Amino acid sequence: MTEPAAVPKNPKPKVAFYWCASCGGCEETVLDLDERVLDVVVAVNIVFWPVALDFKRHHVEALPDGSVLAAFVNGAVRTTEQEEMAHLLRKKAKVLVALGSCAQLGGIPGLANLSSREGILQSSYCESPSTVNPEKVFPQTLYKENGQSVSLPGLFETVRSLDQVVDVDYYLPGCPPTPKLLWDAVHVLLGSELPPKGTVLAPDRALCEECPRKDTRPEKLTLKEFKRPQDVLIDEETCMLAQGVVCLGPATRSGCEALCPQGNMPCTGCFGPTSRVRDYGAKALSAISSIIDSNDPEEIEKIVQTVPDPVGTFYRYSLPSSLLRRRKLAPAAKL
Amino acid sequence: MPETKDLRRRITIDPITRLEGHGKIEVFLNEHGSVERAFFQVPELRGFEKFAQGRPAEEMPQITSRICGVCPTAHHMASTKALDGLYRVTPPPAARKIRELFYSAFVTEDHALHVYFLGGPDFIVGPKAPAAERNVLGVIAKVGVEVGQKVIGMRRKLREIMTAIGGKAVHPVLGLPGGVAKHITPSEQEKIKQIAKEAVDFGSFTLETFNKLVLQNTEYVDLIRSDAFTHRTYYMGMVDEANLVNFYDGPVRVVTPEGKEWKKFAAEKYLDYIAEHVEPWSYVKFAYLKPLGWKGFTEGSESSVYCVAPLARLNTAQGMATPLAQEAYQQYFAALGGKPVHHTLANHWARVVELLYAAERLKELAEDPEITDSQIRTLPTEAPREGVGVVEAPRGTLIHHYQTDEKGIIQKANMIVATQNNAARIAMSVEKAAKGLISDGNVSEGILNMVEMAFRAYDPCHGCATHSLPGSMPLLVRVHDHRGDVQATLRRDWDGSIRRS
Repeated sequence: MTEPAAVPKNPKPKVAFYWCASCGGCEETVLDLDERVLDVVVAVNIVFWPVALDFKRHHVEALPDGSVLAAFVNGAVRTTEQEEMAHLLRKKAKVLVALGSCAQLGGIPGLANLSSREGILQSSYCESPSTVNPEKVFPQTLYKENGQSVSLPGLFETVRSLDQVVDVDYYLPGCPPTPKLLWDAVHVLLGSELPPKGTVLAPDRALCEECPRKDTRPEKLTLKEFKRPQDVLIDEETCMLAQGVVCLGPATRSGCEALCPQGNMPCTGCFGPTSRVRDYGAKALSAISSIIDSNDPEEIEKIVQTVPDPVGTFYRYSLPSSLLRRRKLAPAAKL
Repeated sequence: MPETKDLRRRITIDPITRLEGHGKIEVFLNEHGSVERAFFQVPELRGFEKFAQGRPAEEMPQITSRICGVCPTAHHMASTKALDGLYRVTPPPAARKIRELFYSAFVTEDHALHVYFLGGPDFIVGPKAPAAERNVLGVIAKVGVEVGQKVIGMRRKLREIMTAIGGKAVHPVLGLPGGVAKHITPSEQEKIKQIAKEAVDFGSFTLETFNKLVLQNTEYVDLIRSDAFTHRTYYMGMVDEANLVNFYDGPVRVVTPEGKEWKKFAAEKYLDYIAEHVEPWSYVKFAYLKPLGWKGFTEGSESSVYCVAPLARLNTAQGMATPLAQEAYQQYFAALGGKPVHHTLANHWARVVELLYAAERLKELAEDPEITDSQIRTLPTEAPREGVGVVEAPRGTLIHHYQTDEKGIIQKANMIVATQNNAARIAMSVEKAAKGLISDGNVSEGILNMVEMAFRAYDPCHGCATHSLPGSMPLLVRVHDHRGDVQATLRRDWDGSIRRS
């Protein structure tokens, strides 16, 4: 009679990664741990990670509930399948981490909330100048042919952040989060003292404080106009706002080490708000409008017009999680 | 007389793995246990072309890079080139070289990602190896930790170049109409030169490793040559003026399944040659050659299905523009029986040849004295209207097309994204592989992985087929509810006092 296989004394904690309406950039951040990835795989057992490993959905479904120490989910929730996977991973994991801007705030896919599902379907399958579709064929959630039927997930009307679908324990902000923040977060989550639920695992102050250009920012900064980046030879050392370029550093959480200013372009707000702010876009809007140098309504209007796309500028990454959520849809509107 | 069992059933592979993006494969077996039909479905759509409307064009390089975080540079660059066209502005020579240098570093590291992490495991560990081993960790177990660290280290250094030049490796910021945001300093140039030398050696090393682990394994070579993984289609790729492979710029060339030039066109003319077809069973649209009309999922010179990415680019071009890559290109065609090569799995080999070219090109550009020039911007002077930008993404020809109003606000955006050009051929490859590999109802996990290898060779990208603030300006804030009715009004007056009504 053979002895049953010995159970390892301290089996490695299980970790899972998944992507919803995602670009895969957060996956790249895991790979950008570089050599430290080897340390991570020694310490944990990755049970699901479609970009890199061959485990399938049925493998996850077979896991006991709560048996995964941490699931890192990136991407916004756009389709029925993504909503199902969010619920599945919430069930299987002790700790659920919203990884990246899309999971935390809705992200750039959230800009689709300025339109509608119908608007997107029309644009992709009918209005595109290269698409030849005279019979107006659209992808179907259920398609039958010769007695065979295949299904596709449905698209929701509204894009949602992860915590609008399931209970989220922690957030790692950024588009994408930096490898350094991810590395620190993994250590915290494998450690004995977990932070309070809901913590955003990044510093809680504005980017300006971390920016290498901060000493060039004037005490009193006011502007008579905002300049679009293509119209300015942007100086590589001076504060962006001081040069008249819209930079959302004052309203945005730090932790990225000001990568975009180091690339000589302004901050676009991907790390989202600090803990003291409920609606990121409103904060960014107020930060930018409060430096307008005028008391004359007509002049103010002219200056405001030099920011050509307020919603796309201030709510680029955060529309679904904002107080606005989405553009109002009139009945039967084709936006 | 014993009854024959009815082997009819449906097998689902969900999700497909080791690619960028989402997908599933549905295989239907008939009563004899053979494959009647296989569907390759892309289950996602995000709507970038729609929500691009209303955005300032200069934001598009950073917005569209979020189509894909594995190949954000491809979108960023196609978008930036579309902006050049939009504003009819030409970047100064140093800016053009910086863009191509950045792009060469990107193609090198992205191809390395696929070779070692995504597609490579199927060959290096084996297509039917246990699922838990068929991944980068299995590769490292096979080739050794030292080699593993070399691969990881090489990608890290290339991405450090990208961070230094473009701010970020994932979602870079360097692209502007008429130039790039930042110049390269002489000390940065020295670092880049050093890394570029290493990258060329790494390219040669990868070719040697591929030769040792794949090409000298007769079972793998038979698999590469097998009919189950072969399609005779048209091929498309960007070339330079000498018809050599170029990732950054040049006309787009299409050759027939026999390898003869069919068409060669400039970016702006893409609508004459490429159209997209819709099927009800997938969100991805299938690109095809417009002048031939959609003929269905068929191959041959009568069909309008074509192919892009490494297999296609090597078929389409007449050579590689750098010496080591050119030698590798010649060995490739000599071994596979001449041009064009129709074996889908040869993509993996062609990718290694391209990795070597990208590294050599990176080195050429790094050594160019003009790369540190401070003239990196041409400011636009013309009103914007319409622009098309085309690059070769690692995964194929990528087209961005924008129309704006006179203020440069996007009115319409159209993108034909690399993997879409392969979408029809991928669907065919998966079905053909399934039919070739499955019979009498015998389906194992290893066989299902081999069906997945039919798409994985294309390296598809499905994410690509979805403050102290001193102002005292008076401010009026109105809060509307979802019906549009005003719920509250806040007013800040000249004197800074705030009133609420």
